Amino acid sequence: MTDPITASLEPVAAPTRVASTLTMTASVQRGTFRLDVDVTVEPGEVLGVIGPNGSGKTTLLRALAGLTPITDGRITLGDQILDSVQPAAFVAPEQRPIGFVFQNYRLFPHLNVRDNVAFAPRCRKAGRKQSRLIADHWLHRLRLADLAERKPAQLSGGQAQRVALARSLAADPGLLLLDEPLAALDARTKLEIRAELRRHLTEFPGATLLVTHDPLEAMVMADRLIVIEDGRIVQHGDPASVARRPATQYVARLVGLNLYRGTLGSYGRIILRDNAGTLVTTRHLPADDPPPGPVLVAIRPTAIAVHTARPDHSSPRNIWAGMVTGLELLTDRVRAQVTGRPSALVDLTPDAVAELDLVEGSEVWLSAKATDLDVYTDPQ
Amino acid sequence: MSPRRSYPHRSVRESGQRGVPALIAAPALVAFAFLLLPLAALLVRAPWRGLGRLLSESDVLTALRLSLECATAATIAALVFGVPLAWVLARMRFPGLGLVRALVTLPLVLPPVVGGIALLLALGRNGIVGRHLDEWFGITLPFTTAGVIVAETFVAMPFLIVTVEGALRTADRDIEEAAVTLGASRLTVFRRITLPAIGPSLVAGSILCWARALGEFGATITFAGNLPGTTQTMPLAIYEAFEHDPEAAIALSLVLLLVAVIVLVALRDKWLRGPASL
Repeated sequence: MTDPITASLEPVAAPTRVASTLTMTASVQRGTFRLDVDVTVEPGEVLGVIGPNGSGKTTLLRALAGLTPITDGRITLGDQILDSVQPAAFVAPEQRPIGFVFQNYRLFPHLNVRDNVAFAPRCRKAGRKQSRLIADHWLHRLRLADLAERKPAQLSGGQAQRVALARSLAADPGLLLLDEPLAALDARTKLEIRAELRRHLTEFPGATLLVTHDPLEAMVMADRLIVIEDGRIVQHGDPASVARRPATQYVARLVGLNLYRGTLGSYGRIILRDNAGTLVTTRHLPADDPPPGPVLVAIRPTAIAVHTARPDHSSPRNIWAGMVTGLELLTDRVRAQVTGRPSALVDLTPDAVAELDLVEGSEVWLSAKATDLDVYTDPQ
Repeated sequence: MSPRRSYPHRSVRESGQRGVPALIAAPALVAFAFLLLPLAALLVRAPWRGLGRLLSESDVLTALRLSLECATAATIAALVFGVPLAWVLARMRFPGLGLVRALVTLPLVLPPVVGGIALLLALGRNGIVGRHLDEWFGITLPFTTAGVIVAETFVAMPFLIVTVEGALRTADRDIEEAAVTLGASRLTVFRRITLPAIGPSLVAGSILCWARALGEFGATITFAGNLPGTTQTMPLAIYEAFEHDPEAAIALSLVLLLVAVIVLVALRDKWLRGPASL
């Protein structure tokens, strides 16, 4: 607090709200689409929300903001009911203590950066001078002081993103909602802003929901993760475990894992669903093993080996035939799409591809060690 | 090899822009001359020497002032009632919206004289509404200055409505939503977000509306008559002057031409350049 500007402005924008817990147990029905969620976010916690397009992530944020009323259930922030069907209660969006950072920022094009940030204080009946002080405080904190007089059209993507964040924080929200805040940025800017955004989210005392479809973004910024698909929460947990043991194909694809659904029988034998063949897993300590029944099997693409002839004398216990149906060059390796029972993504070195003379249509054998299969109980 | 060889598309397009085909150039020239010739004639035949005298006659000034006042009043009326209607047309969803929009724009294509007769039947002394206005409130519109304003508003308001509705329709609803999440009431959103966004269209629509009202003839003469000092606006004065004093009519016409040019310049420079000027 040696910086005189920060010091003098601190009292102005000191958080006046008591940080409170968000709970939402509600449904939103829109035509044939239905979102059903049950989430709790503690003060200071960042809940990451990932899921495919149209899964209901944005609807979730809009319901919390009051832009889309819920059709069943209740949303509360601390003691305050924001939206409730039974008994009926609804706090209008402009009355809610929220900050919403939109994917495309939605800055006001006719107002300069300072007036954009001062907008919320002005709406909350702070005087012109007070509003400017609050705006200047946040501009300073987000390193935007030099851009105060600029119009949004004169900002770079990263700057606009920071202005959008400053504008939301200047509203002194008790709940922060971020809808794919970094999606509109180029890769390099994304890297910079991500670290900075993470710092601001850590400092933010209230509950935060961060919608993203970038698994890395979720890992870096979220304390906890929920995966929404088709309007339902299909998985929740800390980001690392969600990434290591995905519950759905969507997440598996995001984090680059092969994922199979099947039934674990005796002797570590797993019969895969949809007639996709069988796999064999080793028996670990009893405590580690999932009980027989529905399981998920995750295999890293690097853990699968490709052979041109059936490998008879090797140790792996999973061997099956397939056909290469796609080859894609990633940065330092080649990802082969192999159709078979089961189909799999396999990562190879470019050298190996040349050596094995792989092209689309090549008949191959795949092998995976039993120990490289991560087998866990299917949560669904 | 010349570089042009390697960019065949570009060179074709360039040569296409250099010369206009005769089949297009000839009628284009005719159209241009046709639009310009009468205005040129007006300037050529204008009694420049007696202009000061002709325009200083009190009748002229009275008519000009009445025209300006009535057109301004009609524009204000159009703003007060037309902008909310434009908002409803742009933002509300209800059955029959398309029909309402069509009816609102009908005066744009309706011959003004028909509008004048329709106004008489509605608001005239024996009109379906005018009868009661007269009976209950003692208000008579036809053949009064208020009648002129009513006739001009009827004809000119759709110009404003159509312009503003278009702007409201294309205005960014997303930033209005962002304003709401920041705590703005509906009124604040309209005042601080929507209005600035449609400002240029509001001005353009008002100028169009005002210019149309200023030139109004058919509906005015039918509904409000042609009483000097009360309902005789410039176009009516010009028409009347033309029958006994053509030189005066030309002089008056020059005044309206000047007003039209001013309006055009105002529109061109400030508001008709499209979104880039924002």
